[in-house]
Amino acid sequence: MGRFTNKQKKELKQIGISLVLFVILMIAEHAGLFPDTTGGMIAELLLYLIPYFIVGHDVVRKCLIGIKNRQLFDESFLMTLATIGAFGCGEFGEAVAVMLFYQVGEFFQEYAVGKSRGSIAELMSMAPDFANREAEDGSVEIIDPDEIEVGDILVIKPGEKVPTDGIVIEGSGFVNTSALTGESLPRLVSVGEQVISGCINGETLLRIRAEKEFDDCTVSQILELVEEASSRKSVTENFITRFAHYYTPTVVVAAVILAFLPPLISGHFASEFGIWVLRACTFLVISCPCALVISVPLAFFGGIGAASSKGVLVKGSNYLETLADLDTVVSDKTGTLTEGKFKVAMVEAAEGYDTDQIIRYAAAAEAGSTHPIAAAIIEACENPIAQSKIKNVRNVAGKGITAKAGRDTITVGNKGFFDEEGIDITELTADVSGTNCYVAKNGKYIGTIIVADMPKDGSKEAIREMMNAGVKSVIMLTGDSEKVASSVASELGITEYRAELLPQDKVSVVEDLLDELRNRAGSGDKADKNRGRLAFVGDGINDAPVLSVADAGIAMGSLGSDAAIEAADVVIMDDDLGKIPAVMRIARKTLGISRQNIAFALFVKFGCLVLGALGIANMWIAVFADVGVAVICILNSMRMLNR
Amino acid sequence: MKKKFKLIDLDCANCAAKMEEAIKKIDGVNDASVSFMTQKMMIDADDAVFDKVVEEAVKRIAKVEPDCKVVL
Repeated sequence: MGRFTNKQKKELKQIGISLVLFVILMIAEHAGLFPDTTGGMIAELLLYLIPYFIVGHDVVRKCLIGIKNRQLFDESFLMTLATIGAFGCGEFGEAVAVMLFYQVGEFFQEYAVGKSRGSIAELMSMAPDFANREAEDGSVEIIDPDEIEVGDILVIKPGEKVPTDGIVIEGSGFVNTSALTGESLPRLVSVGEQVISGCINGETLLRIRAEKEFDDCTVSQILELVEEASSRKSVTENFITRFAHYYTPTVVVAAVILAFLPPLISGHFASEFGIWVLRACTFLVISCPCALVISVPLAFFGGIGAASSKGVLVKGSNYLETLADLDTVVSDKTGTLTEGKFKVAMVEAAEGYDTDQIIRYAAAAEAGSTHPIAAAIIEACENPIAQSKIKNVRNVAGKGITAKAGRDTITVGNKGFFDEEGIDITELTADVSGTNCYVAKNGKYIGTIIVADMPKDGSKEAIREMMNAGVKSVIMLTGDSEKVASSVASELGITEYRAELLPQDKVSVVEDLLDELRNRAGSGDKADKNRGRLAFVGDGINDAPVLSVADAGIAMGSLGSDAAIEAADVVIMDDDLGKIPAVMRIARKTLGISRQNIAFALFVKFGCLVLGALGIANMWIAVFADVGVAVICILNSMRMLNR
Repeated sequence: MKKKFKLIDLDCANCAAKMEEAIKKIDGVNDASVSFMTQKMMIDADDAVFDKVVEEAVKRIAKVEPDCKVVL
């Protein structure tokens, strides 16, 4: 019983007692213990009122307050009216049963919703509870994360949560980012590097300098986004709200007509009025739209929660709808599909040399350079020549470099540089695209290093999965040359790309693609509503305008980047493009569940309304149509929370 | 000014929608939302009348659902 709140325990007790009394009275009634006289009737009524009030006093009370506040048509009002109607018609058992099962249903609803709130709260548990602040004299005090000020020195012990974003000033070790990114591999941080709030420190002690106040840190932002996401409603949710607005009053009016019109027409008003009032009460019981009003937002809430647990923040239910319906994915190349930094892609050595030597010589010449290509070559070199042996470095900007390593003169550069130096080049045999760096030793060509921005691991699979998930085209945008673009595109299995774009061109490309989608959907006002959806994927740093033009702007690798989190609609916390197909599947499932719920609830409700009007469905069935359907829909929605 | 409030015993989703509608109609409110799932209310209103708006919002909430309490 520990799982129930006190309120729930009280409700369970009321339901239990009332159920027992109700069963006893039903048995008594069927055994004919109540005499068929007016006195017997009154005694029976009074006895039935006991379990009725035990279980339903809250409902009746709320109904009375509602009437006082002129808030008609809420659930309590409808249930009270329906049960009073049933009492009035002498159907005491039915009246109690309706109230009883209504309360049982309410109890289940509350329990289910509470449970799903709980699993969201679990997600929220990434929020830190405290921070250890170190004072200037070295003493450490425990403070509330809210009290952290920028510049504070914070001590994070092994196993504790990082309280706010900061820079490591002492210690190094692994931190677990899984609560934020869904990534199970811990991340290594060392002095000078940024740590993000919400990560869990591994086994070493870290001292960090706070860079942000708690309210601005990553965790706070994420929690706020998840909470606010549910207020950006999807089309489906808006439909339900509008529907609920009209549904209840309509059914109530229909119930009134049903109570009076048929007996008036038939001319036997006095004898038939009771039957029709009972049927009208059945209408009232069915008239509550709760099944839909709760289960649809619950499904979306669950979908957003499920996405968050995978390290994807979806900033509104409406974006889940967009993701479920993606037609076109436009992706930036550099930093999104590719690593965003140069790497040595291939080395070709001339006769008599091996590739390690080529790299070693080139790295020696480039050792002092900060150029990205130099960095790639230096990184690839496993066994560098000692710094002290390198002399006479001559750097010709944009062309190349020469240096003396020991007794040898090394030349590294592009074709133009080699022409100037008068060194002949043997052209490559392999067909690898990238930037060619030629290497010469003592004026003689010895090999070529090809440096390129390599596609990320998993990019190819992610794109294939997106296509499998229903995306019709993936289009790559890049500012790089046609040649580089075409080689990366073919490597990743992308058929369409636009190369040599200036940053501002990207917006117009996306706008053109949106127009194309509109034209394909037909003409007129509906075209915009019915067209396929477009998502733009970028690193969120320079592409804020494009992110906002697209139906869904997806920012990648944005852990800790405020600007990206601000600009995007969907934020992927780590670098994994594979999260896009994953979140598309979550979106599909969410939409699927909410559509099932809508269809199921409407079918059962309208079915029962018709059967009720014909007198085939009694109040028992009506209660099922109300709370039974609500509980089934909620359970269905809760599937979103299963991981 | 924008502020969030916690709601206790907000029991029905339909009521949350009604409250939201009622609060949005208060003079000086730019935006408002009542979330059934997170049990939270957000009010965005002009600074000058903010306290009055909150007071009125609490009243309107009590009208829709008498048992629901706002944590101020």
